[in-house]
Amino acid sequence: MTTTIEIIVLICIGLGVFLTLVAAFGIIRLPDVYTRNHAASKSSTLGVMLILVGTFIYFYASGNSNTRLILAIVFIFITSPVGGHLINRAAYYTGVKMWEKSARDDLKGKIHTKDMSNH
Amino acid sequence: MAFQILLNLLIALVWMYLKSSYDLSTFVVGFLIGLILIFIARHFLNTRFYLGRVWAVIYLVLLFLKELILSNINVLKIVLSPTLNFQPGIFEYKTSLKKEWEVTVLSNLITLTPGTLVVDVLENGNERVLYIHAIHVPNVEEAVDGIKNTFEKAILEVSR
Repeated sequence: MTTTIEIIVLICIGLGVFLTLVAAFGIIRLPDVYTRNHAASKSSTLGVMLILVGTFIYFYASGNSNTRLILAIVFIFITSPVGGHLINRAAYYTGVKMWEKSARDDLKGKIHTKDMSNH
Repeated sequence: MAFQILLNLLIALVWMYLKSSYDLSTFVVGFLIGLILIFIARHFLNTRFYLGRVWAVIYLVLLFLKELILSNINVLKIVLSPTLNFQPGIFEYKTSLKKEWEVTVLSNLITLTPGTLVVDVLENGNERVLYIHAIHVPNVEEAVDGIKNTFEKAILEVSR
C-alpha cells in the first residue's frame, strides 16, 4: 500500500471521528430536543460515512474489497432521515417546548386540534 | 423509460449473440451500441431519452453531497462556537411537487442535510406544506429560496 492511500485513509477516518465527536458535543451543548436532534441524527451521518469510506479504501488498496461497506452507507442514508424526522415529529406532537430564543414557529396552531383529539 | 432500458438490454444481448462471445466486455460494447441506436431513434419513442433522467439523478446526488458538506460546516460552527448565538425556528415551505415519491425524496433530502429537519407534512388543498425546523434561520425567504432553487428544481428535472 502506498503512502498516498494511507494519508487519504487517515484523513477520511480522522475527519469522520472529528465529526462524530462534534455530534456528541452538540447533544450535550444545544438547548432543546429539536436542535439536539440536528446534531445527533445528521452531523454523525457524514461522520459515519467518512469512516466507512476510509475503511473501504483501506481494504480496497490492500486487495480484498468489501462492497458491503458501500451498502452500509446507502442504508444509513435511507434510515437516518426517517428516524430524525420521527423523533422531532413525536416531540412536537407531545407538546415539547421549543427553546425560548426560537425565532418563529409556523406550525403553531396548525395541528393543535389534532393534538387534542389524540389524547 | 423502462421500455427504453429493456430495449437497450435486448440490443446488447443481440450483439453478444452476433459476436458469439458472452463476456462482460462484449456486453458493455453492445450496451453502448444500443445507447447510440436509441439516441438516434429518440424522436420515434414517445418518452424522453432515458439517459437524460439518469444524468438528472446523478446531478441530484452530487448537489446533495455538496449541500451535505456545506451545511455540516455550518452546524459545526454553531456547535463549537463559545456562545449559543443562533435562532432556531420552524418555517413553512409550500412545495409545488405533486407526486408522493417526489415529496418523500424532497423531505428526506431536507432532513439529511444538517441544519434543516422536516417536522411535519400537511396537506393544504392540493398542495403539500412542509414544516421545516432549521437550526439557524435569520432570513426565512432566503432559506425557502435556497431549497426551491436547489433540491426542488433538481427533483423536478428527474420527474420531468
